[in-house]
Amino acid sequence: MATTSMAEPTRRDFLYIATATMGAVGAAATVWPLISQMNPDASVLALASSEVNLAPIEEGQIITIKWRGKPVFIFHRTKKTIDEARAVKSGDLPDPQPDEARVKKGHDQWLVLVGVCTHLGCVPLGHQGDYNGWFCPCHGSHYDSSGRIRKGPAPTNLEVPPYEFVSDTMIRIG
Amino acid sequence: MSGQTYRPQSRFMKWFEARLPIVGFVYSDFLNYPTPRNLNYWWAYGGILTFMLVAQIVTGVVLAMHYTPTATAAFDSVEHIMRDVNYGWLLRYLHANGGSMFFLAVYIHMFRGLYYGSYKDPREVLWILGVIIYLLMMATAFMGYVLPWGQMSFWAATVITNLFTAIPLVGKSITQWLWGGYAVDNPTLVRFFSLHYLLPFMIFGVVILHIWALHVPGNNNPAGIDVKSDKDTLPFHPYMTVKDNFALVCFLILFAWLVFYIPNYLGHSDNYIPANPLQTPPHIVPEWYLLPFYAILRAIPHKLLGVIALFASIGVLVFVPWLDTSKVRSARFRPLYKQFFWILVICCIGLGYLGSKPPEGGYVIAARILTAYYFFHFLVILPLLGYVEKPRPLPASITEAVLKPRKA
Amino acid sequence: MRTLNFATLATLATLAFVAATPSLAAETTAKPERQSWSFAGPFGTYDRGQLQRGFKVYREVCSVCHGLKLVAFRSLAEPGGPGFTAAQAKTVAGEFRINDGPNDRGEMFERPGRLSDYIPSPDANEQAARAIYNGALPPDLSVIAKARSYEVGFPGFILDAFKQYQESGVDFVYAYITGYENPPAGVSLPPTQYWNRVFPGHRTAMRPPLQKDQVEYSDGTPQTIEQYSRDVAAFLMWAAEPHLEARKRIGFQVMIFLVVFAGLLYFTKKKIWSKVEGHA
Repeated sequence: MATTSMAEPTRRDFLYIATATMGAVGAAATVWPLISQMNPDASVLALASSEVNLAPIEEGQIITIKWRGKPVFIFHRTKKTIDEARAVKSGDLPDPQPDEARVKKGHDQWLVLVGVCTHLGCVPLGHQGDYNGWFCPCHGSHYDSSGRIRKGPAPTNLEVPPYEFVSDTMIRIG
Repeated sequence: MSGQTYRPQSRFMKWFEARLPIVGFVYSDFLNYPTPRNLNYWWAYGGILTFMLVAQIVTGVVLAMHYTPTATAAFDSVEHIMRDVNYGWLLRYLHANGGSMFFLAVYIHMFRGLYYGSYKDPREVLWILGVIIYLLMMATAFMGYVLPWGQMSFWAATVITNLFTAIPLVGKSITQWLWGGYAVDNPTLVRFFSLHYLLPFMIFGVVILHIWALHVPGNNNPAGIDVKSDKDTLPFHPYMTVKDNFALVCFLILFAWLVFYIPNYLGHSDNYIPANPLQTPPHIVPEWYLLPFYAILRAIPHKLLGVIALFASIGVLVFVPWLDTSKVRSARFRPLYKQFFWILVICCIGLGYLGSKPPEGGYVIAARILTAYYFFHFLVILPLLGYVEKPRPLPASITEAVLKPRKA
Repeated sequence: MRTLNFATLATLATLAFVAATPSLAAETTAKPERQSWSFAGPFGTYDRGQLQRGFKVYREVCSVCHGLKLVAFRSLAEPGGPGFTAAQAKTVAGEFRINDGPNDRGEMFERPGRLSDYIPSPDANEQAARAIYNGALPPDLSVIAKARSYEVGFPGFILDAFKQYQESGVDFVYAYITGYENPPAGVSLPPTQYWNRVFPGHRTAMRPPLQKDQVEYSDGTPQTIEQYSRDVAAFLMWAAEPHLEARKRIGFQVMIFLVVFAGLLYFTKKKIWSKVEGHA
């Protein structure tokens, strides 16, 4: 464009600016569907909950089920394990959280965790590590029997998924 | 033509241009590229086609993120795109109708070339590259149409691949090689998907050659005469960019009409019936842009000759630069050619109409007459006209053609 | 204008020839009449009440033989659809039995439907259906309103592009359900076939599905075969094109944008080219 004057915008400038703006708006609006299509679609969003029967899980046993494409650990904890987890002063932990806040009230023996290491997404191994909980083989993070991070590079505790007790032996995750 | 070239100002740009002179290239070959000042709106279709190619690649890449290329899942995965994927319906309708708009633009582009003699010396290679692009487009469109795996998809794939059985001796082997089996089935679908993804990028490559071959001699123009001085040309930017963009947006209005209001108008309802290898639909037709060739195929009552006529009808375009013996490019100054050009247009539309009709009675006779005429135009009329026709006087220059238009 | 005359003549000759060509295709079936639908035209939307009634007809009548396997229960409550609440859709889903599994013992089992499930088909597979229906296969109805059509012919099909006519499928469905007739004299049909005026070949394996007062409407809509057919056809249109409303709404915005943008570009182009001698 030839105009270099700093004076008031002329009518021609206005026309050029309006046209260019319109083009930019159009391009931006076109890009949105192309981005949005990669978000989880309606069928994926609808499959967000699954029910698990707890009755067959024995004391001391950890089972793994799939929820939203990820592993979920369900740990039927013994009295001893619960006591161990509660004996720790939570204030000293890297990600302070009492064991009580990680289970449902009245169902202290059931620990439900998203089985994804908070470091870089590997699946930790159960009944292993220095704290009788989980150990992630990828980069050496140790979790305790409440799924809290104790040692290693992971920044936070294993995540507790949203879930509720439908009955004493049935939970619905999600 | 235009003496201006890009001179980098900053130290960084000087350093960069010395190593990769891309800004200078864009400047001299696109922004400041000299174009004849008399180009009309029929010249906007090159830009429109580039846009459509990119639009098809973008929407296609995105659709491939959600599509499943297996015989059991393909149909449902297209419906999954239509129902569940965010804006999936929009992307699919854009892609499906985009194919039609692409062909509409390419036909206008080709007939513009025929009308103004854009294939003639020194633009023969440019024209032949265009024919190659057109062939690749047909292959891509055909394979894309197979992907939804509806009844029309399946039977189009069956009929078109069966064309190859017409080849003597090896026809059957070639067809089975194309199918990956004894009939069109899952292996066929998966390879068509793979090739449908590949071919557009090959088209893109040939388009680059096409533009290269355009920029050596420069644009033809409605007067069909060579650029003689700087006065005959204008820099591509802003003159042609703004003109092309205006034409593109007008073209997009038509595109949007199809996509948002009549998205299934150009499709066939049978393609919403899942593919069934045991039952052919009563009346199968290709997409509209392939109908003229389908009419030619069916006009010949012999399998091999029909297939040969089909391919010859496209192949003959390659030889047009030499079949046309006239020294004058533009039909503006060729009173007889101008008439035969329009008859050819009508002939092609007529063939298209007949291609959509059942191959019976009068339709077949009409298709035979038009097929014969199609070849007659290229093989007899074009060569003869150069000797018979007396062209009108050409203007001295493009500038004169613009400023002193001859009275019609 | 000799050119034009010659070209016009050639066109007319071609068209006359083509028009004169007799069609040998046996076009004996009646063409479906065009109905007036709330979802037609540039601003068309579905009639929520009609879709809910249509769903009721589907559920109580059609679903005995026909599946709707691409339609999820959740979509009954999605915007642009029949307008059920999420709770209503959940209740509806719970009334269907869904095959699921395998469970921990490796067995398949049945459970009540959930929102994320798809409307189940009545028969396990094609062979099972054909075994029940004398070899005929009741088609899945998910996209039936786009999978049926009828030929419009020249020049009607060109006008339809401007009229935005996209209802040939739903018009066919309506005409088909209401199109049962006694066969013409001299034609005898086996007991498994019925005469329909719009069905290609007239002989259809589907018995007339609807009767007066067969489905109870709570909103006072007349309980006639015509009304049932109209409602269920509209419902099937939604099932086939659930995003129609969004498409037309966004389409209008895009149109406005493109027309304004084209206008701006036109004046910009004029301005830029005004510097060039000999151009407007």
